[in-house]
Amino acid sequence: MSEPHMETPQELDAANARPVDRAMPTGTVGRSVGEPELSGGRSGDVLLEVDHVTLRFGGVVALNDVSFSLRKGEIFGLIGPNGAGKTTCFNAMTGVYRPTSGGIRFQGESIVGKKKHEITRGGIARTFQNVRLFPEMTALENVMVGADAHHKTSVVGALFRLPRHWQEEKAGREKSLELLRFVGIERRAGEVSRNLSYGEQRRLEIARALATNPTLLCLDEPAAGFTPAEKVELLELIRKIRDTGVTVLLIEHDMRLVMGVTDRIVVLEFGKKIAEGTPAEVRDDPKVIAAYLGVPTDAA
Amino acid sequence: MTTTETPPTGAVPAAEKKNWRTSGGVRGWFGRQHWAVRTVLALVFAAVAYLLPYAGDVPVLGPQIITEGIDWPSALFNMSYYVLLALGLNVVVGFAGLLDLGYVGFFAVGAYTVAMLTSPDSVLHTEWPWLAAIPVALAIAMLSGLILGWPTLRLRGDYLAIVTLGFAEIIRIFATSSETLRGDRGFSDIPHPPGSYADGKPIFGVADATPYYWLGLSVIILVIFGVRNLDRSRVGRSWLAIREDEEAAEIMGVRTIKYKLWAFAIGAFIGGLGGVMFAGQQGFMNSQTFILQFSILVLAGVVMGGSGNLFGAILGGALISYIPDRLRGIEDPIFHTDLFGFRFAIFGLVIIAIMIFRPQGLIPSRRRAMELKDREKEVAPQ
Repeated sequence: MSEPHMETPQELDAANARPVDRAMPTGTVGRSVGEPELSGGRSGDVLLEVDHVTLRFGGVVALNDVSFSLRKGEIFGLIGPNGAGKTTCFNAMTGVYRPTSGGIRFQGESIVGKKKHEITRGGIARTFQNVRLFPEMTALENVMVGADAHHKTSVVGALFRLPRHWQEEKAGREKSLELLRFVGIERRAGEVSRNLSYGEQRRLEIARALATNPTLLCLDEPAAGFTPAEKVELLELIRKIRDTGVTVLLIEHDMRLVMGVTDRIVVLEFGKKIAEGTPAEVRDDPKVIAAYLGVPTDAA
Repeated sequence: MTTTETPPTGAVPAAEKKNWRTSGGVRGWFGRQHWAVRTVLALVFAAVAYLLPYAGDVPVLGPQIITEGIDWPSALFNMSYYVLLALGLNVVVGFAGLLDLGYVGFFAVGAYTVAMLTSPDSVLHTEWPWLAAIPVALAIAMLSGLILGWPTLRLRGDYLAIVTLGFAEIIRIFATSSETLRGDRGFSDIPHPPGSYADGKPIFGVADATPYYWLGLSVIILVIFGVRNLDRSRVGRSWLAIREDEEAAEIMGVRTIKYKLWAFAIGAFIGGLGGVMFAGQQGFMNSQTFILQFSILVLAGVVMGGSGNLFGAILGGALISYIPDRLRGIEDPIFHTDLFGFRFAIFGLVIIAIMIFRPQGLIPSRRRAMELKDREKEVAPQ
């Protein structure tokens, strides 16, 4: 973990002193001006709860007593400098790492120790910081792998081409094409995914994740390497996804992007949560400015 | 081989419909043809295959194809079980990307089960007919695939290769030293497949291997259908996803262990089928049949033909059997001995040549070809 500005543990503890109410009185979801209000009933319920999670790799504490919760229907930002533990947090939530201590509950049910594919079928889908598609498969096939997650028939159905298998294949293909259209790359459906442009690959990853019918979609730095124009398009896409009823967890570096789209934000640094709140609150938080943004002028 | 494509969804333009077809299962040129063309081609191909025992009667070309001095139908039958093994190994290595160096183990399990159940030499004294032993043999072969797969599939790449290598050797050594499996003495009088002509002569006799070849060919066609159906379904996609990025596959909801086990079990099933056919034709077998070389040879066939491509595996499997046989009776110009003695050296040279000039295999899987191209790019600085 190489940070641009090192702080002593004392300072870090002080930074973490901000009281955090895990249960968060419901009320209105903080959102920036101009955002459409969510249709009633959906917002407010806790969808995912990260409960005092600590994760150590040997002597390195990657996550230190991190707690926050996501509510249904919101776009939630997880931000922090490089090495702050954002992706680690993601990995803990998707079953790649198992927390050393603490709990993670999704829709009220603990997901610690569950297998990765179980968590996916349970409703958490993700993309990767470094695109991890199946490079030799076509775009359509990539998405279909995601769609397969909820299919019932397997080897026997496929071997004898049973009607039910047939239906699932057809439905999966149609759904996948639909999703490719949704993310705007349906023209590339038959193209091997390694031949797609970087931006298309990122979109394809989102489509693949959406194909698993997630309740929660976790995007790990989806805008990395994007031009400003592409970022604007991505923002549109993220909002569109949220409008379909999917809760979005966004890890992002680009503050402008995060501020523009998220309802609430948690800021991590050195594996600790240093702030939580609406974009406006977080932007004005002196600890965040000090720890993450460096100089205030960057904060816009 | 009729091809049944899912009717494409209405909203998609024709240009894209075509694209799916290449992404089906049997890749490449063949896959891009109209289904009627493919059906006709496949039927012609099958017909030619069924007529191969009479290749010697074809003027001019015939004598070039067959090897003089050997029994051509027997050679064809040998090719048929090599092809069967290549098809099975292709599922494990080509589709799922699991390097199995001990594939002959499953062949042995299939053959030994048949021998144990049918041969009068067996301690079981059951002396079942060949046909009755088949389901048991296939079930045990599949089970052995699961038993080997369960503890080892957490291993990857080279480690898995070593364990599977050990598995085949354990089976061979056990067969050699065990009193029950009779080592070198082997099992004799394993019954042939049933059936007789109108005049009472058995169809599957000792003199003519042609019916065995036809039987083998029919089994191969069934296996092709089965494997192709799997390849073009979520099963094939899961295998491919596992091969490409196992962790990403699991995070996308693929039950990786389950599908890897299936790959192993299906591979073992097909390998066992090869063993069953072998035992039924030979009538005799012992532990010398199942040497390690055999596994390597089949793997070489799969890689040579084009790993991950059904047709590639078929061609590779046929060649590993055909090439050594074809060398019989040809005198080499230097030592004036039979070239058959140099078969492995020549075979090695052929493989090296193929690997140099066509590393993706003779009939490559479209994907593998691209992987290799990409690796070339990585090596050559741009």
